[in-house]
Amino acid sequence: MTGTHQDASIISNKIEINSLDLFYGQFQALKLVDMSVQENMITALIGPSGCGKSTLLRCLNRMNDLIPGVRVKGKVLLDDSDIYDTSIEVAELRKRVGMVFQRPNPFPLSIYDNVVYGLRVAGMRNATRLKEIAEQSLRAAWLWDPLKAKLNHPALELPLDQQQRLCVARLLAVQPEVILMDEPCSALDPIATMKIEELMLELKKKYTIVIVTHNMQQAARVSDFTGYMLLGEMIEFGQTNDVFTKPTKKLTEDYITGKYG
Amino acid sequence: MDKRHFDVELDQLRQKLVMMATKVEILINHSIEAIRKRDAAAAETALAMDKEIDRMEIEIEEAAISLIARYQPAAGDLRFLVGAIKINNDLERIGDHGVNIAQSAALLAGRPDVKVLADIPWMAGLAVSMLKDSLDSFISGDSEKAREVCTRDDQVDELKDQILRIVLTFMMEKPDFISSGMTLILVARNLERIADLATDISEEAIYIHHGKVIKHGAEQQPEASGQDVVS
Repeated sequence: MTGTHQDASIISNKIEINSLDLFYGQFQALKLVDMSVQENMITALIGPSGCGKSTLLRCLNRMNDLIPGVRVKGKVLLDDSDIYDTSIEVAELRKRVGMVFQRPNPFPLSIYDNVVYGLRVAGMRNATRLKEIAEQSLRAAWLWDPLKAKLNHPALELPLDQQQRLCVARLLAVQPEVILMDEPCSALDPIATMKIEELMLELKKKYTIVIVTHNMQQAARVSDFTGYMLLGEMIEFGQTNDVFTKPTKKLTEDYITGKYG
Repeated sequence: MDKRHFDVELDQLRQKLVMMATKVEILINHSIEAIRKRDAAAAETALAMDKEIDRMEIEIEEAAISLIARYQPAAGDLRFLVGAIKINNDLERIGDHGVNIAQSAALLAGRPDVKVLADIPWMAGLAVSMLKDSLDSFISGDSEKAREVCTRDDQVDELKDQILRIVLTFMMEKPDFISSGMTLILVARNLERIADLATDISEEAIYIHHGKVIKHGAEQQPEASGQDVVS
């Protein structure tokens, strides 16, 4: 466990979720979820398949808006502003709250073009500045040294873990505040997984991270806070160390000791 | 779902630990009886019993480490395994103190003139009852019983100091008594250590079953006032 739990009074909540309900048509996928995400911490969501953890993650940058028939009730506050308020620019929100997906999804472009893609879309044309940011982002994702000599190579030719870290670099280039990770290691082998976990621990110094994982040991290893979800409800939320050594709810105990199901 | 392999192995480990605890209890009772009777032959039996306990200690430790390595247990299962490793170690040391007491009985057997102080059987009775109750609380999770063991430890400590004072006075009065007096002090010291280890077991029992750390006054600290875990 790497969780360095600082004095609670000096930690601010980056995201605050209040009584969040989410419906896919008639089906209620989230039920009155409350959760706080602290700044510069890694928060993990665990739970069995279909429990709503990915749905909850996607609420944090309104990715669910893309699914037809979705209705959301309740509040998601990012730095105290409701991200579901009509005044919010969704594109701007997704720049602040970026996402890394289960399977690495680099664009079929060169490594360099992948990293600066978001900046170009945002209208940046200054070649020197683009190069600077590309280097910074690749360095932050620990890719600069291995890839600096082949920035023009196709991204899709990289090994999977480098592809996943390239997706992280692409995200960092647009300077997000929060990074959402939806099972970022499920397509990776144990060594590649370890590299991503190490990267997460490095990134949390600057960013706030929320990760959905099926791998409970991963949640135990990297996160500071863990939420256990079941059937759309947040059953237990607390410091990772407590959740994994002395959970307060029987349902949590059954799940993390493998007795559930 | 049928019982998982992990649970079957965990049950086997629990049973083995209970079996070891029973053997330790028998050894301690045997040693105390030896003191009472000043039985010179008791040490040999005690040593044989202790050998068996030592063997079990290694088996239990290996089984617990293997379960942790293979299954990465969490929550109650993890607390049980870590607690089992500690209790296993405590029991082994209690066994060693039992052997020491039996050996002291052999020394006293050669000194028929020395009366065994009445306080020693009393102290022994207390230490044995603490051991018994600590093991009961480990098995049942009875936290009241476990806490009660911890309070009795103070009584044992007081008795030890009392015995020490009396024996020292005798030793000053009669230099002939010094050798036997030293033996009696060692018996009291071994009994006091047994009571301490029984207290450790009780504290572990509370941690295993309730997730609460009570040793070293931890419970009085503000962060300890968390919710009870599921049991």
